[in-house]
Amino acid sequence: MSGAEEITTGELVAWLRRFAAAVEEVKDELTRLDSAIGDADHGTNMSRGMTAVVAKLDAGEPADAPALMRAVGMTLISKVGGAGGPLYGTFFLQFGSAAGGDTLTPQGWLGAFEAGVAGVQARGKAEPQDKTMVDALLPAAAAMRAAIGEGAAFADALAAAADAAEDGMRATIPLVARKGRASYLGERSAGHQDPGATSSALLVRCAAQTWAG
Amino acid sequence: MKKLLNDPADLVADSLRGMAAAHGDILRVNLDPAYVVRADAPVAGKVGVLSGGGSGHEPMHGGFVGRGMLDVACPGEVFTSPTPDQMLEATKAVDGGAGVLHIVKNYTGDVLNFEMAADLAREEGVTVEAVVIDDDVAVQDSLYTAGRRGVGATVLAEKIVGAAAEEGKDLATVADLCRRVDDRARSMGMALTSCTVPSAGTPTFELGEDEMEIGIGIHGEPGRERLPLERARDIVGRMATAIVEDLPFASGDRVLAFVNGMGGTPLIELYLVFEELRRFLEERDITIARSLVGSYITSLEMAGCSITLLQLDDEMTRLWDAPVRTAGLRWGA
Repeated sequence: MSGAEEITTGELVAWLRRFAAAVEEVKDELTRLDSAIGDADHGTNMSRGMTAVVAKLDAGEPADAPALMRAVGMTLISKVGGAGGPLYGTFFLQFGSAAGGDTLTPQGWLGAFEAGVAGVQARGKAEPQDKTMVDALLPAAAAMRAAIGEGAAFADALAAAADAAEDGMRATIPLVARKGRASYLGERSAGHQDPGATSSALLVRCAAQTWAG
Repeated sequence: MKKLLNDPADLVADSLRGMAAAHGDILRVNLDPAYVVRADAPVAGKVGVLSGGGSGHEPMHGGFVGRGMLDVACPGEVFTSPTPDQMLEATKAVDGGAGVLHIVKNYTGDVLNFEMAADLAREEGVTVEAVVIDDDVAVQDSLYTAGRRGVGATVLAEKIVGAAAEEGKDLATVADLCRRVDDRARSMGMALTSCTVPSAGTPTFELGEDEMEIGIGIHGEPGRERLPLERARDIVGRMATAIVEDLPFASGDRVLAFVNGMGGTPLIELYLVFEELRRFLEERDITIARSLVGSYITSLEMAGCSITLLQLDDEMTRLWDAPVRTAGLRWGA
């Protein structure tokens, strides 16, 4: 991390690679969570998608943040399937559209992240407490905005965002699902952690680790 | 897990290659992106009918591609929605200039991917209409859920709508008919065992020898409630009551009765279920005018069944009887 807190495209690539490696580590856990309330494919699907993203990165890194994130979004949309494909795809497409030019400031990164979260909400029509990715992503965005507002360094703001995402993820356990396949279970969906919120919290934690210095 | 497999990751593609080899007179298979398309597509001036969804429900949807039913089917990974790029290419492959109807089962992933695909196709100048099928009475329909699932009515809609498209009906007419079939159909399913998703390797849920799941979907997801196993007569009564009360179906109705196997239940049991359903409906003065019994919308090797009733009108009845030539459903042609 440079002193001027400029976020480079290379650092975004490192974030994505870290997330891909983390998904590989926890894919069985994601699928186990999905078996309880869904259809047992979230880990497999995210692994397939991020493996394709890494292959794309290996083939050559895009010029700037918008090009990188759009390429990632399109890859996920075309490889993941399920609800995760369009939702994660939309997150990265919107992140890319809002990410500006060669370098990002922490404020710019936050704006792009918030645009991504708004995209996920719009595409999935999910509200907080619906037991979805949104329950991890929205608290993460709020915590980060608060931390940056208080003058926190980028790394510290991301750490706060990751903690908030994980709190939000754990808070999905008692919820009755109102969106996604788990909603078909009604009351029986309560007592299980949402797999989408789990992978989303992981995405934010990987960002915190990438920029932790 | 004990299955006939090479590598779970290759299952869908390996199976599609076999399907192409077995039914070359009816369909062609494109592997990248994956779709199953009728051999003579695109048919000039005819509305293209597309459906798609996760694999593992065979013969749906690829087995319903052919004259009088679907023009193209997009298979996703097992129990996973196909992707928008797949559906875009499939849509273009069957656009004969009259537009394309997307028949979508109401599952969050399917709906999201189909929405993106329709947007992409329209950007490329193809007229697309989409109809979402949501016939499962096991799901409480409220503002707070993703709505009812699309299950057995999908098969009936694909047949009836496919026949209308084959007759040369325009896109708006075909889409209206599809909505009407969905409006007039209700379904419910039950499971005796879980299935095992090949990439997961273990059963999706555990079910005791003396237990059953009522109100299951078609993706190995658990149902709404778990109950002690009952006699088939009582199980059918439980499911049929929920279906008949929902529309509601009334005395004097003529229905298409569809008893569907989930993949691991033999025909001898499905016919027994059909007989119990017939007795149930007879007591309520509901006439079975048409019937379909067999495994058409399956959930891998899950044991169990689903029941679908469709309130028939004359047009639907005529279109149901029209010739169909597909791998999974074939008569009069």
